[in-house]
Amino acid sequence: MAHHVNLERRRQAIYGWILLSPAAILLTTFAFYPSLATFWASLMSRGTRRKPPEFVGGRNYSDLFADPTFWVVVKNNLIYAGATIPISISIALAMALWANSKIPARGFVRTAYFTPTVLPMIAAANLWLFFYTPGLGVLDQIGSLFGLPSVNWLGQPETALWAIIIVTIWKEAGFFMIFYLAALQTIPEDLKEAADIEGASRWTYTRRIVLPLLMPTTLFIVVNALINSVKLIDHLFILTKGGPNDASKLILYYIWEMAFAFFDAPQAAAMTILVLAVLGIVAAIKFTYLDKRTHYQ
Amino acid sequence: MTVTAPFVLVEGVAKSWNGQLGVEGVSLSIPRGAFVALLGPSGCGKSTTLRLLSGLELPDAGRISIDGRDVTTAAPSERNLSMVFQSYALFPHLSVAENVVFGLKVRRVPRAERAEKLRRALEITGLLGYEARKPGELSGGQRQRVALARAIVAGQPLCLMDEPLSNLDAKLRASVRKDIKKLQVDLGITVVYVTHDQTEAMSMADMVVLMKDGHIQQTGAPEDLYYRPANTFVAEFVGAPPMALIDAAVLPGFGRAERIGLRAENVVLADPGQGRLTCRVSECEFLGSETFIGLSHPAATGLTVSLPGLRHIPAGQELEIGFRDEDLHFFDAEGRRIGSTENADAE
Repeated sequence: MAHHVNLERRRQAIYGWILLSPAAILLTTFAFYPSLATFWASLMSRGTRRKPPEFVGGRNYSDLFADPTFWVVVKNNLIYAGATIPISISIALAMALWANSKIPARGFVRTAYFTPTVLPMIAAANLWLFFYTPGLGVLDQIGSLFGLPSVNWLGQPETALWAIIIVTIWKEAGFFMIFYLAALQTIPEDLKEAADIEGASRWTYTRRIVLPLLMPTTLFIVVNALINSVKLIDHLFILTKGGPNDASKLILYYIWEMAFAFFDAPQAAAMTILVLAVLGIVAAIKFTYLDKRTHYQ
Repeated sequence: MTVTAPFVLVEGVAKSWNGQLGVEGVSLSIPRGAFVALLGPSGCGKSTTLRLLSGLELPDAGRISIDGRDVTTAAPSERNLSMVFQSYALFPHLSVAENVVFGLKVRRVPRAERAEKLRRALEITGLLGYEARKPGELSGGQRQRVALARAIVAGQPLCLMDEPLSNLDAKLRASVRKDIKKLQVDLGITVVYVTHDQTEAMSMADMVVLMKDGHIQQTGAPEDLYYRPANTFVAEFVGAPPMALIDAAVLPGFGRAERIGLRAENVVLADPGQGRLTCRVSECEFLGSETFIGLSHPAATGLTVSLPGLRHIPAGQELEIGFRDEDLHFFDAEGRRIGSTENADAE
């Protein structure tokens, strides 16, 4: 009898492992192994033709922390994240609430909001280059109508990062709106009616009913926006190349520069590991703390 | 019921959407403290009527007044009413207590009063101890009671209910039916109750409003609808089994009546040669205390005879039936009821 149960349990276990293996193999090959390899590379010195790479422990990390550019880039990225995440989410929410109400040409409004998302980032950046170009650009053309002086939005350290931030918000808000729109459509109509009967104002209804019910979506979007704030750098290549004077350089761009412009792979690996660590902590907070405080239907 | 001014007065209300008829010419006068059931098949306009009363829809024509105040175009919250939705419309992220006091909070009722009203509402609906649960953690019957608690907590004099029992199983439905009726009597509130289930309407209501295709067919006490149906639609809708309708041609001698109605309980089996109609048995339906024998006759629809206990008569067998003239109902060519006096005159 016990033998039978054992056999059955083993059969179940094998079955489970077989089901698990495709995901396990793919993730190992393309996620776990590269991460570990990167971590290993970040502990090695930069090899030259005469001197092969050797183990140096945390020296790449200490070099990185001593590098003033690294701190500029970190600060830039924090500003970038701190501005793009809340602003693009607020705009997305506002647009979704509006596009979900009974307005004329609703389909057109939704499509219009979504268009920036469909454009490749490189194309969008070229579009914005045309807006920002001093003298010829749309912004300057409009400014000159009112007698304002020409501004080199992308060419001066004070405005370059913000010009980049605006492009990102413009690009992301429409994408996040789609998620909000989908979530809004799952909220039953009669909740609004029940609130109406009780005399709740539109604002009370939005604040007490709609926003809490959108919480899971918001959380999902925040995590996505956070990841995007690290990974969305395509437009830097077109617009500023991180300049002027590193004013608009973001971490991933710096990693790319480190690896493929300065050919310092170990430094790039060290920085990658730091980014992974930060994102890992964010994910852990999301899955443990925030998920428990959010209502999932 | 009372001679005072009606509590809810609906006059000639109409509503349509893009030319599609919702309701038309709906007039109702509901006394204070009454239990009114809006009854009818789906799509008859009973829910529309309720939504017009609630203010969730505004009428195209007509007037609505509640408690002597014209509320035809007033917002739902200005009408001093509460509503129980078919889906209950509970806020899924709020606990039972928060759901119930949501309206009180919106109206800025002080905290102490809110707590007292909450306790009372939960006590009445038997939900004490469930304050902290979320709707998702409750059974269907409990959710239904939360919806009821939310409707009564503010003490509004008028409560609208839109098929509140349709998501419950049959057994629970019967007990909640009694609970709701008791609640309405105890609190002395006026209830307008939409249902497609005539058992609910007949057992709970003081006044039944039977609707079809956006028009009221008959308004009256349950016994009025049962014993004096205004037309053939009411006759066939109310009662189980529905009233049988016989072409007047096969029962001559009843004046200008075109159709003659007859209830199952008034039909008796007759000895061969003594009956007034000869029919064939089409089916037997055993219900425990009685058996309904369905009969077919070329000039009649829905003929049934009710026999006590278990009876089994093979289909196809010929039976003769008898009935008394005073149990017959008469309808004219348009299906309208002809009063017995009217009929007597014609004879």
